[in-house]
Amino acid sequence: MAGRIDVKAAEAPWYRRWLPLLGVGLIVLYCLLPFYWMIVSALRRPSDQFDNSIVPKVWSVDNFKDVFQAGTGFGRGLLNSLIVAGTVTILTLIVGMVAAYTLARLEFRFKNAVLAIIITTSMFPGISLVIPLKKLFSDIEWINTYQAMIVPSLSFALPLAVWNLTAFFRQMPRELEQAAMVDGCTPAQAFRKVILPLAAPGVFTTAIITFIAAWNEFLIAVSMVNRKDIQTANVVIAAFTGTSGRDQPFGSQMAAGVVVTIPLVIAVLIFQRRIVAGLTAGGVK
Amino acid sequence: MSQSASAVEPPPSKVRRTSFNEGTGRLAALLLSPTLIVLVLVVVYPIISALRESLYTSGGIGDDGFVVEGTQFVGLDNFAAIFSGETGERFWNAFYNTTFFTVTCVVLETLLGVLMALVMHKAFKGRSIVRASILVPWAIPTVVSALLWKWIFQADGVANAVLGTQVLWSTEGWQSVLSVIIADTWKTAPFIGLLVLAGLQTIPDEVYEAAKVDGASPWKTFTRITLPLVKPALLVAVLFRILDTLRIFDLPYVLVGPNKESVETLSILAFLEANQTRYGPAAAYATLLFVYVAVVAYAFVKLLGADVIGEARQTGKKAGRRKKGGA
Repeated sequence: MAGRIDVKAAEAPWYRRWLPLLGVGLIVLYCLLPFYWMIVSALRRPSDQFDNSIVPKVWSVDNFKDVFQAGTGFGRGLLNSLIVAGTVTILTLIVGMVAAYTLARLEFRFKNAVLAIIITTSMFPGISLVIPLKKLFSDIEWINTYQAMIVPSLSFALPLAVWNLTAFFRQMPRELEQAAMVDGCTPAQAFRKVILPLAAPGVFTTAIITFIAAWNEFLIAVSMVNRKDIQTANVVIAAFTGTSGRDQPFGSQMAAGVVVTIPLVIAVLIFQRRIVAGLTAGGVK
Repeated sequence: MSQSASAVEPPPSKVRRTSFNEGTGRLAALLLSPTLIVLVLVVVYPIISALRESLYTSGGIGDDGFVVEGTQFVGLDNFAAIFSGETGERFWNAFYNTTFFTVTCVVLETLLGVLMALVMHKAFKGRSIVRASILVPWAIPTVVSALLWKWIFQADGVANAVLGTQVLWSTEGWQSVLSVIIADTWKTAPFIGLLVLAGLQTIPDEVYEAAKVDGASPWKTFTRITLPLVKPALLVAVLFRILDTLRIFDLPYVLVGPNKESVETLSILAFLEANQTRYGPAAAYATLLFVYVAVVAYAFVKLLGADVIGEARQTGKKAGRRKKGGA
């Protein structure tokens, strides 16, 4: 098989062979160069911050140490991000899975209308939800609480998860439940004992995509919370003043950015095939 | 033989379906209610509440000179104030910026995204590397990418060093607009590429072979075959990008900063008003942005026929056809 392709390639003119590869190289550079710059800048000594060499002259983890120093609130921010994004993901999956299965399997009137409503709600601008909710939360004294960030986050996480899960459930053959029901399962049992275990990869992918969306959220987090010990990592980084005085501490900001991003990038690299399938099936960010 | 087998099969499945379908509407309503209730609480209620809020003013000084506690109904005053005087200028500036970002970014991202998808579709070597790297900009939080580009566009940063220029990127003016556009394009063009690639992969090879036999030029193949067939996927991707860019907030807010005229968008304007607890005007801005987004989405779907729930509807049709065939 590989041999045949090679023969074909040899017949084609040289640019036919190398042009796609060149294009691929350019895309990889386009995507990774800025990310590389973030990592490299984080690994310089704070005193070399403005040194623009491609590889640091002296490697150093001082920026990372600075980020986790007491008083920056970054460690606490990471924990808060984890609490908020984790809760949003779990809540979304529990509520969304039932809806997605219903939309994928049951035939009922207004199904298209329900699908349209769910997809429409994800299109609303975040700020028009945040402003009234902020006023409501300050009335019921929810400002500076986790739930003030978790509840509004459902507005974008839930449509995203329902959409993705519906696509996954729909791919599974109907015969699975029919066989289970022939064997005496109720529809609910068929869902729990047959579909759910088999849909685990899809559910897991949706969990990752939802978690990333919730982890990256900024507008809600910056609107609902102003006390430092509740702020999420994103808000903490954006407001970093650092220890180096009036200059913006880009070195430690880049280090913080690396810390916030690396877990996501590793997850994305491991599960890339599934995530791509999930993203394109959903067609939604 | 096979004919008689298929003739025997349908009745039980039909019986099962009708018994399964009995009360399906009620079951569906029951199972969908948690999701719909949550969406009503966190989306529908706030939208209506914002509309109501925009007709009120919170506190301030009343006509009689006394400080007014609580909210007061002011009708359309908040909207009238938005369209007049200095606030009017600020609103139209934000409106213009929002629109300009949306048009420029989405056009750039679509062109780059389609180009990337075509390259990835042609490439056999290194496909998994490309797929992995294309997900990196998508996975980076917008705030972090904003800081990253702020760092790149620093006065003595790497952008000026590479370009050999002395541009003060993060100050007011075209340069800060450009830096926001570059940062947004970097983050989302690969994402469009991913969605378009998925569309490209559904086009059967036979179509291209037929075009080749008919002697179509590569350009003609692209405009007459690839584009029309990838159009549904592309339209949905572009629609989502448009709606996403219309509410752009994080990127200009972190990359350039608040209260910068040249990059102030409607979302930032509403956010700043709400931050000073001026909820009435903030809600008015938010409502206007909501209406703007709704109009654009409606026009896009109506004029270009973007089929957002297409995939779901198709399966419905298929199931229906199967049922008809069985009967």
